[in-house]
Amino acid sequence: MTAFIRRILFYVVLGVGTVFFMLPMLWLLSAPFDDPPTYAVRAPRHFSLHNFAEISHNRYAVSSLLNSTLLAFGTMALVVVAAALAAYALSRARVPGRDALLYVLLLLSSVVTGTAAMVPIFLLIFQLGLIDSHVGVVLVLSGGLLPAAIFLLKDFIDTIPRSYEESARVFGASPLQILRQIVVPVARPGLATIAVWTVVQVWGSFLTPFILLRNPDKQPAAVLVRTFYTEGGSPNLGLIAAFSLIYSIPVVLMYLLAWSRYGFRFHGGIKS
Amino acid sequence: MGVAGQREIVASPATPTDVVGLGRLRAVGFVAPALALVGIFLIFPALWTLYIGATNFRLTGASARSPAFVGLANLQRALTDDTFYRSLWLTLVFVLGSAVIGQNGLGFTLAWAMRDVHRWVKRTLEALVLLAWILPSSVVAFLWIAMLDRDGGTVNELLGRTPGVAWLIQYPMAGIVIFNIWRGTAFSMMLYSAALSSVPPSHLETARLVGATGAQTLRDVVFPHIRRYTLSNTLLITLWTFNDFTPFLLTAGGPNHRSEIIAAYIYNTAIVGGDMGYSGAISLLVLLINLLMALVYLRAARVRRRAA
Repeated sequence: MTAFIRRILFYVVLGVGTVFFMLPMLWLLSAPFDDPPTYAVRAPRHFSLHNFAEISHNRYAVSSLLNSTLLAFGTMALVVVAAALAAYALSRARVPGRDALLYVLLLLSSVVTGTAAMVPIFLLIFQLGLIDSHVGVVLVLSGGLLPAAIFLLKDFIDTIPRSYEESARVFGASPLQILRQIVVPVARPGLATIAVWTVVQVWGSFLTPFILLRNPDKQPAAVLVRTFYTEGGSPNLGLIAAFSLIYSIPVVLMYLLAWSRYGFRFHGGIKS
Repeated sequence: MGVAGQREIVASPATPTDVVGLGRLRAVGFVAPALALVGIFLIFPALWTLYIGATNFRLTGASARSPAFVGLANLQRALTDDTFYRSLWLTLVFVLGSAVIGQNGLGFTLAWAMRDVHRWVKRTLEALVLLAWILPSSVVAFLWIAMLDRDGGTVNELLGRTPGVAWLIQYPMAGIVIFNIWRGTAFSMMLYSAALSSVPPSHLETARLVGATGAQTLRDVVFPHIRRYTLSNTLLITLWTFNDFTPFLLTAGGPNHRSEIIAAYIYNTAIVGGDMGYSGAISLLVLLINLLMALVYLRAARVRRRAA
């Protein structure tokens, strides 16, 4: 009997846990299709796609998604190229104090967080005249993501046998040829992982673009979504709901892709 | 040394490690762009904080153009400032409540409970917890604003009260603590799931055969195995929660500073208030606390590696 009650209790607890985690997210599935939506989670009363149409009526909404894309791919290109070059050199050449260097970089990237560094980073970008410029955001985000990217990529390149490169060299290939034609193709899964990881990080990042981009024409979706208010001053629920759904889908898709391909290897440590 | 390293030693003991003939100069050239970016946009800001925190730098006015050196005055001001102590206290409550107790406890509970449930129950619950973790912070913040809204929020609807309680105004700290438990439990859950799979099933079986209760099994069989994971997990989630800016998206530190944890405090004094020198000094303290936590974490990890 006690075992039975315990079993019931166990499922009640599991049920409460499921509801706790699911309930807030249900709004993202119901409200975008309701006209007009409410704060509360409920099945759509009047099913409609009107809220999605409203995205195109908002002056900044579509361009903010483009801004997010631009920031994500700009940072991704910079991080992948710089991290690949550095990781390759650190993996293949004898650099004194290499392991210590990598650990110190990784340590610093988790210590110098957005919260701790928002004051100097704001001032630095301010002095460089890069406020309201996407370049400033890309540079700052790259600086924060690179240590982890180098660390992960070097681990990956270390596992690639050197015999390919040795034979290419015997046949007279130059180092850059070896890099382009042998190392990059072999290291592609590692590079892809870093690329996806960077895009996900930048797509969701809020604080850096929030403090560095004041002009709504320049703001990415993460920042702009907070400005969706109606003329009456209350949040424009329909627009927020539809826009949030569109904005969230790429992240979920990329996680699913990474998960199905490489298993769950995203380090939480390098979030934020 | 990984597998590749061993192979190389076995195959060609005489060749140098530089198999592709990269050369020192080119190797340095390859590393330079990354190091320059990290140096300018990560390390320099951290060091610059030392200087900013010792000036009266402001965003506007005379001290914007020519900030004066004020030495330790900002730190002294912080240490006598009630708003700073209030913020520290709220941060402590936030970190202890949402990370050390909340995420740790719920993460372990979920990992433990899901050991022997049906596979699709496990998959569903895991997916939900992970989803809460990966959705962009602006989105999840609004989801919780909608949950806790006074006039039509889901929580008040469920309680059957309209207009109900303005949760984020009446209980802002409880609001952001619960929000952060919801947001961040995934990491602890995954870590404890992995840790629990390291407990030998034969030990659990023995405990069951000798008639140990659930609590006894946890205390005597499970905890000795996962203790070291608990330490790493707690340190990591403490570091992240301490630096988390997302609660600002729910309450902006308000109402009336009642949820102004340190991240919100720095933002409000620096970017909103324009007082760069003073918030630089606060940032320096945050950096030092982060460094301390990271070093303790590395030390714990090293002890663990040596023990393993």
